[in-house]
Formats: sequence, C-alpha cells, structure tokens
Amino acid sequence: MNAADFQALAPLLILAGGATLIMLQIAFRRDTRLTAALTVTTFVAAAFSIIYAGDSAPRFVTPLLRADHMALVFSALFCIAAAVTSILSMDYLRQRGDEPEEYFLLLVLSTLGACVLAYAAHLASLLLGMELMSVALYALIAYPDKTKLPLEAAIKYLVLSGAASATMLFGFALLYGATGTMAFAAMGEQLLVASADNATLLVAAVMIVSGLGFKLSLVPFHMWTPDVYDGAPAPITGFLASVSKAAVFVALVRWFLASDLFRFEILIDSIALLAIFSMLVGNILALLQSNIKRMLAYSSIAHMGYLIIILVVGSNIAHRSLAIEAGMYYLIAYTATTVAAFGLLTLLSSEGNHRENVQLHDVSGLFWHRPLYAGLMMVALLSLAGIPLTAGFIAKFYLITAAVSDLRWILLGALVLGSGIGIYYYLRVIFYMTRRVEEHNSKPVAPGGFMLRAVSCALIAGILLLGTVPQPLMEYLGSILQDIN
Amino acid sequence: MSLVILIVILLAGGLLAIFAQRLGENLPRWVSLATIVLALVYLLGVVSSLPPEHLTIAGAGDNWLIHLKLEWIPRFGIAFELAMDGLSLLLVVLTLLLGLVAVSSSWSEINFKQGLFQANLLWTLAGVSGVFLAMDLFLFFLFWEVMLIPMYLLIAIWGHENKAYAAMKFFIFTQFSGLLMLISIVILAWQASLANGAYSFSYFDLLGTTLDAKLEFWVMLGFFLAFTVKLPAFPFHTWLPDAHTQAPTAGSVLLAGILLKTGAYGLLRFCIPLFPQASMDFAPVAMAMGAAGVIYGAVLAFAQSDFKRLVAYSSVSHMGFVLLGLYAWNILALQGAVMQMVAHGVSTAALFMMAGAIQQRLHTRDMHKMGGLWHNAPRMGACALFFAVASLGLPGLGNFVAEFLVLLGLFAVQPWIAAVAALGMIGAAIYALWMMQLAFQGKPDEQRHFADFGTREMATMAAMMLALIWLGLYPQPVLDIAQPVVDSLLTLVPSLSDGAAAAEIAGVSL
Repeated sequence: MNAADFQALAPLLILAGGATLIMLQIAFRRDTRLTAALTVTTFVAAAFSIIYAGDSAPRFVTPLLRADHMALVFSALFCIAAAVTSILSMDYLRQRGDEPEEYFLLLVLSTLGACVLAYAAHLASLLLGMELMSVALYALIAYPDKTKLPLEAAIKYLVLSGAASATMLFGFALLYGATGTMAFAAMGEQLLVASADNATLLVAAVMIVSGLGFKLSLVPFHMWTPDVYDGAPAPITGFLASVSKAAVFVALVRWFLASDLFRFEILIDSIALLAIFSMLVGNILALLQSNIKRMLAYSSIAHMGYLIIILVVGSNIAHRSLAIEAGMYYLIAYTATTVAAFGLLTLLSSEGNHRENVQLHDVSGLFWHRPLYAGLMMVALLSLAGIPLTAGFIAKFYLITAAVSDLRWILLGALVLGSGIGIYYYLRVIFYMTRRVEEHNSKPVAPGGFMLRAVSCALIAGILLLGTVPQPLMEYLGSILQDIN
Repeated sequence: MSLVILIVILLAGGLLAIFAQRLGENLPRWVSLATIVLALVYLLGVVSSLPPEHLTIAGAGDNWLIHLKLEWIPRFGIAFELAMDGLSLLLVVLTLLLGLVAVSSSWSEINFKQGLFQANLLWTLAGVSGVFLAMDLFLFFLFWEVMLIPMYLLIAIWGHENKAYAAMKFFIFTQFSGLLMLISIVILAWQASLANGAYSFSYFDLLGTTLDAKLEFWVMLGFFLAFTVKLPAFPFHTWLPDAHTQAPTAGSVLLAGILLKTGAYGLLRFCIPLFPQASMDFAPVAMAMGAAGVIYGAVLAFAQSDFKRLVAYSSVSHMGFVLLGLYAWNILALQGAVMQMVAHGVSTAALFMMAGAIQQRLHTRDMHKMGGLWHNAPRMGACALFFAVASLGLPGLGNFVAEFLVLLGLFAVQPWIAAVAALGMIGAAIYALWMMQLAFQGKPDEQRHFADFGTREMATMAAMMLALIWLGLYPQPVLDIAQPVVDSLLTLVPSLSDGAAAAEIAGVSL
C-alpha cells in the first residue's frame, strides 16, 4: 500500500482512529460530554475527509476495497447521519444510562462497518463490514435502557440477524465453490462462463437473496423489523432504519454493477417480486399501527421496496445509469428523512420517565407547544409520503422516471398503490400533531437546547433544499457514475 | 417576473400574518385582507400596463400576456415557467376576489390561532394561483399537490365535528389521483424526450407530442382522473360533501369557489390540448359522466337536511355542466363551461358564506331545526333567496348564461345527453326552493334572537350579487377573454373545423 491508498481510505482510517481514541479516553477518564464531543468530531472529520480522499479516487485499495466516489459520498452520508444521531442521543442518554460512554464507541464502530460496506468490492469485505455494523448494533439496541423491551429486541435481532448472516455466508461459500473467486469483478467473468442452470449457483443465489432480504427487511423476510424497531432506543432505531439499510443497499448495488448480476433474469424477476410484496405489505401493515415507531418500521419496509425497483430497472443497460442515479438520490433523501423522523421521536422520549413517547396520542397537540419539532416531523412525514417541495418527492420522481423509461408498469402500479395507502398513515400523525390543546391531556415536554434546535433546523433545511434545488446533487451524482462503471 | 411577485406577495403575507398575531389578536385578518388587496391591485396594474389589444379577441397571434421561463432542474429539462393568458387571468382574479370573500366570511368565526389560519388561507390562494399560471408540467404538479397542504390544515385544524375523516378523505382522493397524473406526466415527457432527444416538461414543448394511440389513451386517463376527482365528477365526488361540510366557512368558500375550478382548468388547459385524439374518443364517456353528475348531484342535494351538504351536492351538479361543456367541444359549450366556472365560483361561495353565517348564529346546519329565519333576519333571507335562484339558473344571472350556453352547444353534438342534463335544471329548482322553504320560510321560532347581517357581510354579499348580475346581463367581456383559449381548442382536431359554423351561431345568439 502506498500513500495514495491511505489517502483514499481516509474516512475509514479516521473512524478507526477515533474509535481507538474514544476507547482510550473512556479507560482513563469517564466523561460523557467529552466522549460525545470526540465522537461528533470524529464523524465530522471523517465526513469532510472525503474531499481529501477524492483526489486519489477511484482506485482499488487491496482487492477487498474499492475507493471510488460512490463509496466516498455514502461514507460521508453515513458519518453525517451518525453525527446527527449522536447529538440527538445526548439528552436521551442523560435520562437513562448511568455511564453511557460506550454507546458512542459502539456508534463509531457501527458507522465504520457501514463505511466498509460502501467500499466493499469483495465478498470478504462485504461480510466484514456487515458484521462489524450489526454486532455493534446488537449492543447498541440493548445498551442505554436496561428494561425488558430493548433486551428482547436485541436478542431477537441478534438471533435472527445471526441466522441471516450464516445463511448468506453459506451462499458465499457455494458461490466461491462455483466460481473460484470472491472478488466482485472477477466473479462476474466467472459467472459468464458458468452455465446458467447450475444448481449450485441457484442455491447460492437463494441463500444470499434471503440473507440480504433480511438485512434490508424486504417482505417476506421482514418479520423482525417492527419488534426490533419498537424495542430499540429511538436514536438507534433511526440509525438502524437509515444507515444500516442504506449501507447494505450500497454494497448490493456495487456487487450488481461489478459482477453484472443484472444479466440473470430469474434474479431480477425475484427482486421485482420482493419489491411488489414489500411495497404492498409494508404499507398495508403500517396502516394498522398506533405506535409511530412500528408505523415507521413498516413504512421503511415499503421504502426499501420502492428502492429495489432500481435494481430491476438497471437490468436494461440503456437505463442503468439513470436507475443507479435515482437509487443514490433516493438513498440520500431517505436517510435524511428517516433520521429526521426518528430524531423527533428521540427528542420526545428524552424526558425523565423510562417510557418512550412514541404512541400517536403522545404527539397530540405538538404543533402548538413545540412548533419547531412538529415542523420537523411534518417535513419528514411529507417527505416520506413524497409530497412536492421535499426530498422524498424528487426521489420518488426520479424513481418513477427510471421505471417509466424501462416500461415497468406492474412495479409502477404497486408503487402508486403503496404510496396512496401510505398517505393515510403519515397524515394521521400530522393530524394528531395539529389537535387542539384542550382535546388531549398528555403533554410531553421535550427539551430545547441550542444544539437540538440547530440540528432540527438543519434537518428541515436539508430536506427542503434537496426537494427544491436538487440540480447540484443530481449533477454530482451523474458525474460520479463514470468511475463506478 | 410580475407573476412570481404575485405569488410571493401571497406567500409573504402568510408569514406576516403569523407574526402579526404576536402584536394583536385581530391583526392577522387585517394583514390577510391587505395582502389580497395588494395582490389584486398589483395584478390589475400589471395587466393594465399591457398593450390593450392583447386582451381582445385573437390578439396579435400570441395568446400569452406574460411569459416567464427560468432554468430550474436542467437535468430533466424542468424550468420554472409561468405564463398568463386570458383564461389564467380570469381565474386568478376570481381566486383573489374569492379570497377576499373567504377572509370576510371568517372575520369573526375564527378564534383559535388566527395568524396560522390566515396564513393557510393565503398559502392556499398562492398555490391555486400557481396552478393557474404554471406552464411547466412538473411545476404545475408541484403547485397542484402543495396547495392541498394548507387546505388540509384548514379543514383538519379549524373544521367541524368530523374533521379528521373529511380532511383525510379529501387529501387521499386528490393525492392518489395526483400520483396517477404524475406518472402520466413522466410518461409524456419521456415519450417526448425520445422524439426530441432531451427531456422537457414545458407545456409548449409537450404540446403536439404524438403517442401510440393505446398509450395516449392511458396517459390521458391519468390526467383525466386527477382532474375529474378535483372537479369533482360523478363517481369521484364522494370526498366533496364531507370536505365541504366539515371545513370552516372560509375553507368551504375556497374549496367550492376555486379549488374545484383547478380541475376544470386542468382539463381545459392540459388534458384536452395534450391528448386531442384520445380526448375526442373519450368524449362520450366524459359527457355521460357529466350528465350523470348533473342529475345525481341534484337528486342527492334534494335529499339533504344539512345546509352545507345540500350546497355541496349542488356543486357536484353544477360542475357536471362544466364537464359536459368541455367535452361537447364546440364554441358555445366551451364558452359556457368557462362561464360556469366563474358563475358557480361566485354563487356557491355566497351560499357557503350564508351557511357559515347561519351556523355561527344558530350552531346548527340542520335545516329542520331552522325555519322562519326570514322573520328573524330579513337581510339574510333576501340574500339567500338571491343566490338560491341564481343557483337554480334564473335568467338574468350568471349561472343561467353558463348553463344555457352549455346546453345549446351540447345539443348540437349529443341531443339526448343534453335532454338528460336539462332535467338537472329542474332538479336545481326543486332543491334550491326546498332549501329556501325549510330554512327561511315557515313558522319562526319566537325564542330565537340573533343578529342579522352586518355591514361587512352585506357588503360582501352585495359585491357578489353585482358580479352575478353583471355576468348575467353582460357576459361578453368574460367570453372575449376566454375566446383565444376556446379558439385554440377548436383548431386542435381537424374534424372540428366546422366549429366555424358554431361560431356563427355564437355571433347571432350573443
């Protein structure tokens, strides 16, 4: 490895260095504020280092990692999302955990895993990144709150996610057996010569699709999602729903591109099927929830369904770059929006008692006593629903444009139907928030520190900016597509 | 730039209204009033500075009075493109005038968060004006969807007892059909990009795009559904009675007066010109829907005991005439449809204001609990009678001209449908007089004491009466303003060139 290689890995190195530093700091002196400050600094530094790292991209750093602009953009996105998560967590932790410093350490490690996924060019790094991210998440789910619900969620996630990883690993092994390589690019060439009706490959594909389907919580591998989302602390749920999913998806897209998995019709058809199921089932089940976290869990299932449409559209080489561009835009919009929505729930749950305020009636009248937070939630929900002026609308527009140019009418139909259903449950939250004060009695008092207000404003501004002036990001995403292919 | 300033005035006025509440509880409504007057004066100032020949029939080749185009999202050829022709001007002026009516009708009704209420009202006006001015389909869709949010909040926050259900239903109906339109817009732009080599969402670039006949039909249907849900046409009208009934008075005025008109405008501006052939083939179905709406709305209006619900169903009936007029597709019927948009906007807004005034005084909308109101409040009774007979189509008032023209034009194309639709006018007479009978005639309740209309209310009502009389006695200015749009529609399909013959009839009858 030479200097340019290190330069290209700057975000990963900074995150790893930050994790070590935090570990040392905790060993010598426990101080939550210091740890939090170190964590946020690490994330911000890692996010900004992509400007420096971009100079030596694109290049392979060892066969395991490929540092291109896509990897860098998403590393920065994950770091920013993680920074916002840690700022939002501070008040939440102050009320709960007695020595919450390791929480931040775990968050850094999990983000490091996510960034490795964004760089992955090899099955080994894919697995490493995924496990680093997930193992830290198991602990994060159970860590801040020592009550029964988070523990249950953590165990559930540990067992199921472990099983999914094992299935996937078995699939990787079979794939290695059939192709003799684990690097994405080389695998593509091997798959070209392997016969299409190779039974080993088919079994491997089934195992890997179910493993990744679990990580992305696509129907029918979604059963864990609502329970884990519900039990996990609100900030971690936000991280789980945004960063961990986006990271797996980015790795998946890279794999598809590098190995040209788009050739396999069976694979594309089954992904289309998963997409349709996820869009419909996710939205229909979200209708039935009165717990906002569970509602968002189901809605995230539906959003992953929308998102994987782009893999189907990408199977047509003529529309591939549009599809990938749409997918990247969607991921960025989705991450910002999800972090904002769960951020609001974190703020609401940051008061003294141990119950989280995530029922519908907990946000009742929020519009009147916390206008800023209600505004944040409203923008996030409208963005999830895909209403114009928000990031979610442009993302959906992109997706529809991609799907239309590839004539995917059935997928479009499911998308319209799903979005139509979705409006109801997003609006219901807004309706509860606008109820008049005398109509409800519970009144959560959320804290209102300067940092939190600033983060809320920044999130609102970010979502609205992505929705009104999308051109710069669109241009940038279009320009980085060249060095991916 | 002047069109942008117009929208910005309304948006900024909304923000100002919110802040004004901190200074004084009643200040927001003054801010709101001043904003709308300012916007109106500004618009009229801009229009009067244009060369006068642009406003007359067949102005110098170009129908567009003002046209603005700024780059926005070049990646997809999306531009911030606003333009105004006679039709847009007419509807924007109507929007602002009914905005004044809405402010007046909510003057003393709203006590809760007045600033936010007026802000939502102004933002709705801004969104609707945007719909009438946007010439980029992406921008049009943006305004189309965004104007729903303040309207949703108006119903959800300040509505009556069943507001959650009504607001939700309203939003889901329009949003879902809007999604279908979005897909249609994207398909259209994509098809045009295959032909032109680059994406564009501009109305002017997409006009005349040739599609495969089957695809054209489906794409047209996406637009048609979105617009007929908003119109609303039978059988997509079910959101309307609920939304109207539950909305606060100003909300009902805006909904009936202008939001419904966006549907009619969309059909006239986008659906028919973009897909002339498919629309032509689809016209019999559309006309059948229109006729069914006319009859169905009238019958159901008669069955209501809720004052606002009655007016709401009468809207369904009247908007059926618009659909009939648009798809009869000759000069008389099209002029009638445009006329109906304006006349119905005024007369229904007045009736909703009346309903709101009654509810504020009696705390009920149930007509069986009213009776003899004329005795208690003679001025209210007289106003109600005027607008009831306007609604039933009394000659000399605007609605008569509109419905007469539609029926006349329709008869040349589909005599049977015209005959069925004419029955709706009988229905209108029944329900309008029935409403008068139940609410204002009969034995008065001597125990009941409430204030009659005051100066503010009488002034608003008088203005609307004058407007209807003017539209009824001298409709020519409105017809002239709408003429270029009507002409451009008639030139779309070659088989319609016998529209010239119809134009002759128009010359004679008007």
